[in-house]
Amino acid sequence: MATSVQLRAVEGGALGLYLAVARGAFRRYSTYRAATLAGAFTNTVFGCILASTFLALWRARPGLGGYDTTQAVTYIWVSQALLVTVAVWGGGFQDDVQERFRSGDIAIDLYRPVDFQGWWLASDLGRAAFHLLARGVPPTLVGALLFHTRLPASPAVWAVFLLSVLLAVVVSFGLRFLVSLTGFWLHDSEGVRAVMLVVAMFFSGMLLPISLFPGALGTAAHVLPWSALVQIPTDVLLERRTGGALLTGLAFQLAWAAALLAAGRALQLLATRKVVVQGG
Amino acid sequence: MADLRDLRAPADPPGPRLPLDLGDREPVLVRTRRALWTWWLIAGMWTRSVMAYRASFALMLGAGIAVTSLDFVVLVLMFRHTDRLGGWSLPELAFLYGTSGFALGVANLLVGSVDALGERIRTGTLDTMLIRPAPALAQLCAERFNLRRLGRPLQATAVLVWSLTALPVHWTADRILLVPTLLLCGTVIFGAVYIGGATLQFWWGEAKELQNSLTYGGATLLHYPPTIFARELVAGVVFGIPLAFVNWLPALRILDRPDPLGLPTAFQYASPAAALLCALAAALAWRAGLRAYRSTGN
Repeated sequence: MATSVQLRAVEGGALGLYLAVARGAFRRYSTYRAATLAGAFTNTVFGCILASTFLALWRARPGLGGYDTTQAVTYIWVSQALLVTVAVWGGGFQDDVQERFRSGDIAIDLYRPVDFQGWWLASDLGRAAFHLLARGVPPTLVGALLFHTRLPASPAVWAVFLLSVLLAVVVSFGLRFLVSLTGFWLHDSEGVRAVMLVVAMFFSGMLLPISLFPGALGTAAHVLPWSALVQIPTDVLLERRTGGALLTGLAFQLAWAAALLAAGRALQLLATRKVVVQGG
Repeated sequence: MADLRDLRAPADPPGPRLPLDLGDREPVLVRTRRALWTWWLIAGMWTRSVMAYRASFALMLGAGIAVTSLDFVVLVLMFRHTDRLGGWSLPELAFLYGTSGFALGVANLLVGSVDALGERIRTGTLDTMLIRPAPALAQLCAERFNLRRLGRPLQATAVLVWSLTALPVHWTADRILLVPTLLLCGTVIFGAVYIGGATLQFWWGEAKELQNSLTYGGATLLHYPPTIFARELVAGVVFGIPLAFVNWLPALRILDRPDPLGLPTAFQYASPAAALLCALAAALAWRAGLRAYRSTGN
């Protein structure tokens, strides 16, 4: 069915098409200037509050979890910069898809001569690029002014960090895509989203570095996909992952990204069949 | 929609009908009663609509409790690695957490919907509220009322009850009285922050996130003892946006702790005055915003 049409239409220009979609998403998010500014302010306020609490904890227990005090404070600012970029809370393309479920336009999307998953992934990458700049950079700069932080001097570390953030966005997309597709079976994915939010906030290392989790909780957190969202990119930037550990971290992210995208693809096929059965 | 005639029923005196908009000529007490009645009717209507899907409601309430509990789980995990944070113990932090969460949660339940103001201005639905014969602010606060927001205050109450059993407080009459007082005044303060923050959207339609940093950010700040924050920040929430009166200042008295700012003891009992000032400021801001409002005309 759609696949053959899809191949012909996209052949040759596939990459160009996805780049255009990503650029479009970037520009679309960049039009909400005031809201972005307000959002960056909120990230900064939370950064200040949480950095103070971490400072108090690390003063009581220096070197806790293998982080020195400066690293612990930096951890907060980097995680605040990543919160919206990797959409730990959910959202981004998810809100658009949810709206299209409500209006019924989702049926049309599935028959477009563009790959459904690829389209939304491209759009989410565009969004993430904008948020990294707009809601990542300003709070990090304010954090560096107000607190004693430690950001790497080496451009190579920054480059690997960006690669790790890219993989984090893809893993996050993979998870959110699966949640969105449940909309085909449940009337809305609101409930699943609420549950995912809890799990993601906790197991991403957003609230507390995973090395501070006790026993089995910590072991589980290390292997679940959510640690690819915040914990790994942050550790890369803090230069806690170098050499072999760096490669393992990136491989871990890559493996989860591939697995989740494949699962999303399989579920998408099932969902398409369901729409056909219902007649749209 | 509820029958609009219900909205005016209790305030209408018998005899000839009064014009719909009484404006400032209506006595304050009557106006307040009318506002509360409006809130009650609309909130009731939304409750009935939400309760049509009971299973969904229960799920969302449960998820809400789980989300808000995460903050406390993090506190507990922190205290696995230390027994003091900024010199305060876990039960003491739990007291701060419970009181701050309760005040924010109840305020959010009662007036939290007000943050949709910017959206209503954009889409023009605020105009619909303004022409109805009922106070617009009451309508705005009750619209989309959802009992699932009970999650936060319920969870906060549980933590507060645990902290009260675990704290070695020497309960005197003033300390006992301070607990309900701070819960009530804290709710009023957060309610005023919600309304005052929302009125910013009359001038800046996208200020919703800014308000989040005052409400959710403020509540997070108050989960932790004032000793771990910079003095400027602490002074800012005493003399600027007076969130310190929600729990920090009365807690110093209840838990018998020294004040890091060295303020007079009177501040520890001043929550009612702070709440009154906040409510007044929010009311003035709302009036100024409504006067400045020009419909978008959609």
